[in-house]
This record gives sequence, C-alpha cells and structure tokens, in this order.
Amino acid sequence: MSGEVEASTEEQQEMQDTVVSPEKAEEAKLKARYPHLGTRPGGSDLLRKRLQKGQKYFDSGDYNMAKAKMKNKQLPTAAAEKTEITGDHIPTPQDLPQRKQSLVASKLAV
Amino acid sequence: MVSGAGGGGNDVQWCFSQVKGAIDDDVAEADIISTVEFNHSGELLATGDKGGRVVIFQQETENKSQPQCRSEYNVYSTFQSHEPEFDYLKSLEIEEKINKIRWLPQKNAAQFLLSTNDKTIKLWKISERDKRPEGYNLKEEDGRYRDATTITTLRVPVFRPMDLMVEASPRRVFANAHTYHINSISVNSDNETYLSADDLRINLWHLEITDRSFNIVDIKPANMEELTEVITAAEFHPHQCNTFVYSSSKGTIRLCDMRASALCDKHSKLFEEPEDPSNRSFFSEIISSISDVKFSHNGRYMMTRDYLSVKIWDLNMENRPVETYQVHEYLRSKLCSLYENDCIFDKFECCWNGNDSVVMTGSYNNFFRMLDRTQRRDVTLEASRESCKPRQVLKPRRVCAGGKRKKDEISVDSLDFNKKILHTAWHPQENIIAVATTNNLYIFQEKVN
Repeated sequence: MSGEVEASTEEQQEMQDTVVSPEKAEEAKLKARYPHLGTRPGGSDLLRKRLQKGQKYFDSGDYNMAKAKMKNKQLPTAAAEKTEITGDHIPTPQDLPQRKQSLVASKLAV
Repeated sequence: MVSGAGGGGNDVQWCFSQVKGAIDDDVAEADIISTVEFNHSGELLATGDKGGRVVIFQQETENKSQPQCRSEYNVYSTFQSHEPEFDYLKSLEIEEKINKIRWLPQKNAAQFLLSTNDKTIKLWKISERDKRPEGYNLKEEDGRYRDATTITTLRVPVFRPMDLMVEASPRRVFANAHTYHINSISVNSDNETYLSADDLRINLWHLEITDRSFNIVDIKPANMEELTEVITAAEFHPHQCNTFVYSSSKGTIRLCDMRASALCDKHSKLFEEPEDPSNRSFFSEIISSISDVKFSHNGRYMMTRDYLSVKIWDLNMENRPVETYQVHEYLRSKLCSLYENDCIFDKFECCWNGNDSVVMTGSYNNFFRMLDRTQRRDVTLEASRESCKPRQVLKPRRVCAGGKRKKDEISVDSLDFNKKILHTAWHPQENIIAVATTNNLYIFQEKVN
C-alpha cells in the first residue's frame, strides 16, 4: 500500500517537473531515446570530442588523395590529365598539383 | 546628419543598405563566413571564411549632395590568409577556416590585422600604392632592360600617379604555440602584445616576436580523464593592459591580472551566477557554455553569450550578472531535437554598439536580436533577400512559442535551423551593422529622414 502511495507522489513530482520545467521534459525525451546517455561521464566525453575536432586520416597520402578527389568535384573544368593521375593512384610528388585550395575568389568580393 | 552616439536600438529604425555574396542556395563550404570585424574607425570591415580567405570592405566617403545615400562599403582588398595543412603527428587536417580577425589600431598609412585559424596566427599589412616611378634610364616602362649602347641622355625618374592598388602582405607568422584549437585572439591596449586562446591554454605574444610566446593560463589537468571544462573565449580589457578575461564551457568567467603572477592560473575574480540545483538537467551545462565574451567600450561591463541568453556583468560584481536578456527562450522546449541535430553546440557571438547602450546577437532563421539596455526593450529582425530594396525598413519579427499563432508570427517549428546568424558586428561610432548569414554579408543602417 505504502509503495503505491510513494509511486504516486513520485509521479506527481514528475508531472510537476514537466509543468514547471520544459527543460526537464526535453531531458526525459532524450533519455527515452538514448537510455545510455549520461551513464558514462558524459561531460568529459563531450569535452574530449570537442578537443579533437577534425577528420582523422590514415596518413598524409590518404589526406592528399582525399583532397584531390574533393578538388575533382569542386572544379570539374580543371585540367583533366593531372587529376586523373592523383585521383586513384598513390601520387608521386611531381604528380601532385600545387595545393592552392582556393584559386576561386570569395563570392563576397564580386 | 547626426552621427556618433550610436544609441537607441528601438527608436532607431533599421533599413537595408547592402548585401554581399551569392544569391544561389547551393553554398560551397569555402564560402561560409566565419568572422566579421570592423576596424577601430569603422572605415574598414573585414570578413573571414571557411576557405581561409579574407575580404576587406571600405566605406566610401559620403556623397554630400545625396545625404540619403549613406556611404556604402565596397571591396577594398581580398587575399588568401590561411591554407589547409596536415598535422603529420596526429594525422589530422588543420582547417584553413579563419576563426577570428582582429584589427590593430592604425599607426601609419598602412592597416594591420591579425587573422587566425585553429593553429596559426598571422599579421597582415594592408597598404595602398597610388604612385609608381617612371622614367628609368636602364629599363623600359614594361621592365625590359634597355640596350646600354642606345642610351645617350640621362633623366631623373619621377613618381607618377597610378590606379590605386591595395596590397596585402603577411608580415608575421605566429605558429606552433597551440596544441589545441585557437578560439580567440585579442590585441592589448598597449599596442605591443596580444593574446591567443585555445581550449586549454592562453598565450601572450609580442607583435614583433614570432619565435617565442608566454603561456599565461594553463587549465590542462595532469590526467585528461579529469577534464571538466575548456576555455571558450578570451579578451583583453579595452584600457587596462594588465587585465583580461576568459570564459569557460561551464558558464564561468575568470578575470586575471597579469601583474599578480607570471602564470595566471589563479584568477583575480570569478564571475558565476549561482544555479538552482532543482532546475538542473542534462542540458544545463551544455546551454550554460559561454560562446562569446566582450568588454563594453567603456571597460566597466562585460557581456557573455550562452545558448539561450545574453548576460551583462558589472566587473565589480562577481556573484551574478546585472542584466539578463533571453535571446530565444522558445527553444528551451526544443532542446532534445537541438541536441540531436547538434545545433545546441552552435557558438553565437554578440556585440556592443558604440556607446554601450544596445547589444546585438544572432539567432536562427536568419533572425538577429537587438537588446536595448537603457530602454529595456528588444526587437527581432531578419536578414533576408526579401527585404532588400534600397533603404527598406526592417519589420520586427515575432516567434510564436505555442498555442494560437497570430498573423505575421512564425511558429517555432517553422524556423530554419540551418539559417544561423553566428557573427555580427557594430560600427564603433555609427548605427551601421554588419550581419553574416551562412554565406552572405548584410549591411544595415539607421533610417535617415
């Protein structure tokens, strides 16, 4: 009997919380979707993710190949021969185009 | 025409002046604007983007015959400030995105600015060239050398006017001093030093010296598992060259005095608003993280921006802010989805007007907020291509939090969370503001009758 009474006061508290705090209601929603959230020290997980932002590559070769592929997409009119070499094969230094990221001027400066 | 003062956010009517950037919706990542900053006179306006480029606009001298046509900002100079790099040790890319631009006060004919990406700060000199020497004896005008045997007379080369050329050249590169990502730079009022802050450390530099930097704050714990907070922003006091503040992801601000010790790990003042523990939720710490801190021009106050509010602090009172303004309180009941789409981590900036009477900050749906401190009123405006007729007055916007939506109101669920205004700047003296949407720069001015 007393267990039921306790449960209902807890429910009342939760209802009060929902009414009083939209934030707590949102938290309940989140916990429902991701039950494991916050069980680990969430604070430092978030922080550590923040400290290491940026995409990790296997090595510089991997990085240069990814950049070349992106450049292929961004500048389809670029000289075909050079990009063919660097797109799918491991590039040698003489094959790499000079890494001038933005030959294109800013659109604000038009 | 009354200029100066720069007061009154709400008896001021804002009207459209200019918009820069492409109209099409397909935004290339490189075109995303990442910082906006007026120089100390307001004559120059600099923007930085994700592609590492800086564009500087210059205010045209006013046309006296047409007083309604307030001076416009036109492109003055543009250059590639930073390039992408690869950190070989960590196998991570170092983005070329310009995180901050800060102007140095003008000392001579040239202009100087500091621009920084995640790892490297550069000092750029922007100078004008409007004359060139002509009439060399040994060279033709196009630079080719003349045949010495054909020279029969001597002449004195003279300077002749030429079309204005604006050149930007990197004068200093301040590199290799930050293990973590630089979020702030701030020039000291002594005009000789500046600070740079990353997630865990703050360094002090001399503008002339690039191979050395003093570490003045270090909050890195011995064991990274014990990490509880990071530095989110830092700024020097506008007049006291020994004083600076830094804000944290936990919603606190520390004021440090460099006269107290070489390493300012121990703060002189700690600004923190006490939290009601019964209100604490999973989101509390995330939304209390301070994304920007700015001193007022008079140096008596500082403003902080966290996810939902703007707070004004009196430097003499540490235990609570003197003013708190809600930016978009209707988002409090949307925190779950804002966490899922990462918007809860967006870093909004804020700025003061010239006489510290009004503050401005951005929001979603290309809305921005003007908060008038003296009149205790606020207004929401929108930067949109639909209000782009010359001198068109901006209409106040209203968001309906729930219940019945009135005419002209927009409901919270209709807001476009991809259209965020993170960066805004206010002319130091006049009522001219620069508002950056994702890839466009809007300039609004006070309506002149």
